[in-house]
Amino acid sequence: MTAPRIAVLTGYGINSDAELAHSFNLAGGKAERVHLHDCIDGHVRLEDFDILAVPGGFSFGDHIASGKVFANRLRYKLGDQLLRLREKKIPIIGICNGFQVLVKLGLLPGTEPASFTQTCTLTYNDSSRYEDRWCYLRTETGTPSIWLKGIERLYLPVRHGEGKFIPGSAELLKSLEASKQTCLRYYLEDGSLPPEGPDGFPANPNGSTAHVAGLCSSDGLVFGLMPHPEAHVLATQHPRWHRDGLKIEGDGLQIFRNAVNYLLRG
Amino acid sequence: MLNRIEVAQKSPSTDSPAHRILKAIREDLRLPAEDATLIRVYTLEMDLSSNELDRAGKELFHDPITETYSLNKPLASNFDWLIEAGYKPGVTDNVGRSAREGVADCLGKKLSDGDQVYTSRQVLLRGSLNREQAIRIATTLLANDLIETWQVISREEWEKSPGIPAVSRKVVVPHKPEVREIVLPENPEALQKLSDEMLLSLTLEEMQAIRAHFAEPVRRADRQKLGLPPFPTDVELEMIAQTWSEHCKHKIFAADVEYTDEKGETRIIHSLFKTFIKAVTDAVRPKAPWLKSVFTDNAGIIAFCDGWDIAMKAETHNSPSALDPYGGAMTGIVGVNRDILGCGMGCKPIFNTDVFCFASPFYDKPVPEKLHHPKRLFKEVHRGVKDGGNESGIPTVNGSIVFDDRYLGKPLVFCGTGGLIPSEINGKPSWEKSIESGDRIVMAGGRIGKDGIHGATFSSAALTEASPVSAVQIGDPITQKKMLDFMLEAREQGLYRFVTDNGAGGLSSSLGEMARESGGCKLHLDRAPLKYAGLDPWEILVSEAQERMSFAVPPQDWEAFKDLAARRDVEISDLGTFTNTGLFECFYQERPVCSMDMNFLHDGNPKLYIKAQWTATRHLEPPASILAGRDLKTDALTLLSSLNICSKESWVRQYDHEVQGQSVVKPFTGARNDGPSDAAVVRPLYDRKDGVVVSHGLVPRYSDIDAYHMAACAVDEAMRNAVAVGAEPGKLAALDNFCWPDPVESPSTPDGQYKMAQLVRANQALYDLCLAYDLPLISGKDSMKNDYGRGKNRISVPPTLLVTIIGPVADSTKSVTMDFKNPGDKIYVLGLTCDELGASEYYHMLEAIGNTVPKVDAAANLNLYRKLFEAIQKNLLRSVHDCSDGGLWVSLAESSLAGRLGCEVDLSKMIQDGGLSDIALLFSESQGRFVVSVSPQNAKAFESALQGSAMACIGDVISENTIQVNRADKVLIQTTVEEVLEKWQPPLNL
Repeated sequence: MTAPRIAVLTGYGINSDAELAHSFNLAGGKAERVHLHDCIDGHVRLEDFDILAVPGGFSFGDHIASGKVFANRLRYKLGDQLLRLREKKIPIIGICNGFQVLVKLGLLPGTEPASFTQTCTLTYNDSSRYEDRWCYLRTETGTPSIWLKGIERLYLPVRHGEGKFIPGSAELLKSLEASKQTCLRYYLEDGSLPPEGPDGFPANPNGSTAHVAGLCSSDGLVFGLMPHPEAHVLATQHPRWHRDGLKIEGDGLQIFRNAVNYLLRG
Repeated sequence: MLNRIEVAQKSPSTDSPAHRILKAIREDLRLPAEDATLIRVYTLEMDLSSNELDRAGKELFHDPITETYSLNKPLASNFDWLIEAGYKPGVTDNVGRSAREGVADCLGKKLSDGDQVYTSRQVLLRGSLNREQAIRIATTLLANDLIETWQVISREEWEKSPGIPAVSRKVVVPHKPEVREIVLPENPEALQKLSDEMLLSLTLEEMQAIRAHFAEPVRRADRQKLGLPPFPTDVELEMIAQTWSEHCKHKIFAADVEYTDEKGETRIIHSLFKTFIKAVTDAVRPKAPWLKSVFTDNAGIIAFCDGWDIAMKAETHNSPSALDPYGGAMTGIVGVNRDILGCGMGCKPIFNTDVFCFASPFYDKPVPEKLHHPKRLFKEVHRGVKDGGNESGIPTVNGSIVFDDRYLGKPLVFCGTGGLIPSEINGKPSWEKSIESGDRIVMAGGRIGKDGIHGATFSSAALTEASPVSAVQIGDPITQKKMLDFMLEAREQGLYRFVTDNGAGGLSSSLGEMARESGGCKLHLDRAPLKYAGLDPWEILVSEAQERMSFAVPPQDWEAFKDLAARRDVEISDLGTFTNTGLFECFYQERPVCSMDMNFLHDGNPKLYIKAQWTATRHLEPPASILAGRDLKTDALTLLSSLNICSKESWVRQYDHEVQGQSVVKPFTGARNDGPSDAAVVRPLYDRKDGVVVSHGLVPRYSDIDAYHMAACAVDEAMRNAVAVGAEPGKLAALDNFCWPDPVESPSTPDGQYKMAQLVRANQALYDLCLAYDLPLISGKDSMKNDYGRGKNRISVPPTLLVTIIGPVADSTKSVTMDFKNPGDKIYVLGLTCDELGASEYYHMLEAIGNTVPKVDAAANLNLYRKLFEAIQKNLLRSVHDCSDGGLWVSLAESSLAGRLGCEVDLSKMIQDGGLSDIALLFSESQGRFVVSVSPQNAKAFESALQGSAMACIGDVISENTIQVNRADKVLIQTTVEEVLEKWQPPLNL
């Protein structure tokens, strides 16, 4: 198989599309930035791509609620296409604002079969502040996420004001944890979970329930996370490379490589 | 039809925005509120069935997990006071605009122009507050009277009559657009009065020049033929006023200045700009073949690396920020972004910088009429710049916040943007652009309203209680981001020949400049899209409504340009044609309303003649009794908690400083990512190591002694900061931003001659230092009326010069940060320490000014900077941190705290000018100095690399947490990393 083609959505305030496209290219994919308007008016068909990526940014300025207006447009203008992507088992990633979009669309953690039913949310940080800060993350052992295969720990920046994960119910959280769909959590540097409540800050930067930083669908193909893996693919992006030395690559790159390899190996 | 949708949190646990409001009520206003709840209100003005309204509420406006909503029914209950605030009609409502698009998507409806969504915030308060207190909360925290309306309702009032009716905010201007002839009276007083009444900010000489121009017989005849009146129309007069405004024309920098120095020697300076700023760039140019475009465009452009150039611009937005800090500051940042978009064939913004000057947020004296409390100003300016930068997807990588109570009258809000552009686009140099007669005049982006009318002339006047409301605008970063994305695509496809931004002066300014390229234009004002009807033609021409760019589009590219704009959801309009007639012509409904001779418009303004008289002021030295026997440890820790030195982390962390994925030296560094970096390095091309450095220098307090040294030190500080992270002297370029009090002598400015002399001296210093450092100036801006009020109560800012430096860094992986890294590393002080405590942070702490202001030894410094650069290239340094506010002590403490490593040093080893006191060794602000650390194995190589420059090894980085500063056998300061952090971190964590 040739290099998988990745549609990186742009437009309406999305702003991390260039570095996300670059990350997929570094990982061996062939990324194209695709304007949402071109998808809606039929210039571009999402089904012609092998992966869909919804980058971070401030789609529609985070107005009403982050990701809401963009999710609303996707649902009403491209809903059928999105459901077909799910049927065709096309991997989807949403990062930061893209994660908010997928959660508000109902594609994460997702229903069986896929539908536009929102079951969780991402809302105002407990600090009520937008913050740019680096976080330690660990993946859930045995998660079905194809994106996190072989990854145990990550060090990535968060850059958001509305990243607090709240599940629709305690039962839902339990079942997501059982199915390892709560695939990524905020941790302390030493690898232990942050304390509950306000003392968990800043390791848990937003007050997320159960320190959840990312979710995946039950089939592991759809993945969303608040931290920015595309902001740590180069060694010079690490905030302390001047102290610790340059690594070969940034922690986030493996996520994109995983998706590309998943498709290349069939 | 009007409907109200209200949305509230189901549980207080997710109502963190309300918690923040509560915190501000308690801490900033010190009022006893016990609890707050936030309700978001959307007023939908459109015809909707009840099913449609329900669907909008359910699917779009509320979050099913955390929120609840109501339709035309109040959610409020259980409160003591209800405060609701919303924008006034015509004020940009960004959330409302997005919500309108959401409604159209969700309901599958095509909405008409009249279908609108308006947003309001409702805050429910519990606690024993009286009405006066509730009103104070409304007016000083929740709403700005200038742009918002508010209402305060008590529990009793609500119980009697619950609910708030839905209200339309449709702008209705009951006015039929008209064009008036403005008769210019001969009587000088009447003529000046006319200028004042029309808010033209034109002087009598200028009004007389205009009158004479229109009185020329040949002109009268021409105008008669066209059907124009003998005197100027309002369109013409307003256009001249905008074009000739201080903001656009820089009249003070172009004036003839009669400067008399201390010895009574007088010289005439023909234009400060030409004599100092342009002259130094011309002098350096032979050594700087990498200069591409300087002073002529919206920003300066220099070569970056093979095939790429970089651009930089810094602006101020002081007056609007004083009135509406949020909107004014946001407009500042998105406005300077447009300067970069409109530079050359259009650069991509790659980073922002921002520098703020405020009075202390803890200011506890009464605040003059019409001014905001500095704490509110600080919070709102910060929020505006944060939202503007973050939502535009441009990282904020460098800046500072400086406090001095003289900024009470006018805060200074400097916003800068760097851009990236291929050196060639479609086979042509990207920094060149032209317009041919016959090209279309195309405006893209936002619509025109009454916002920002007279912005340019208003910023050229002092703030008073009667400053105009219409001068305020609010930015819309998302509309601009859409335009940015569109523009870069259009650029690649070669769909336009020229682009520039619409900033101060609106179309009159952008098209006025553009028309010079072809030699004229025919502009149809009625073809410009309006936010609402009822604008007079002159208002359309000078409105500063935001998010607009002007293009020259060749006729053959018009269709493709239009199609791409449609596919990117960007509104564009064809406003007419560029010509070569020598005339700036405007039409309204096919009728001529303006026919201006372009030469007169651009070069007809009379030159100012300004007198300047320099007399050095002597200040009191701090008395010996105060200086003797001080507890240096207490002083050192107090200094770390002073506003200008303490950590700004809680503010800076709210900026996205990493979007676009290019940061190499971030604003924060060190073991815990909280040490303050000296400068930023970004790497804009992912596959190359080439970096761009950006730094700045700003030391307004030194103006109290001599503005010459203020400016010299600002240049040196910016250089030092750039060199500290690894930049190469001789490869850097600088930008100057002057913010001065009015320097023209008049009844309201009796000390104008002194202020003008300060300006001359600052320019002389800028020239001297830039020449010495081979540092060309590539762009700059001045803001010359930073005063509030009149007479005895006048508050003037200290003369302030911001110097911004950018330049390429050939290998960004060689950059260095300021944190101590390894125990055992040797600590060196580079540079000579002199007794230069005048106007220092230390003296300020003692409430003194003194006289020994730091002086720059440019030759010695440059020599040191070059050697340091070479040593950094050889990887000989572990850390480099410059010495500035608070002197050596602060640098040492910051490098320690950033590395979470202690140190032990002996100041007797420092290279000093004579026998300095302990205080001077610790806190003197001598320029050209660094604290660096070097591994023991590199110490010898480092010392030989630095040979010939002042350099001394003063101690070691240690693994313990102790910071010990000795002078030979005497312990001056003994403290710990934790103690230092405790003082340094919290003061501004508001």
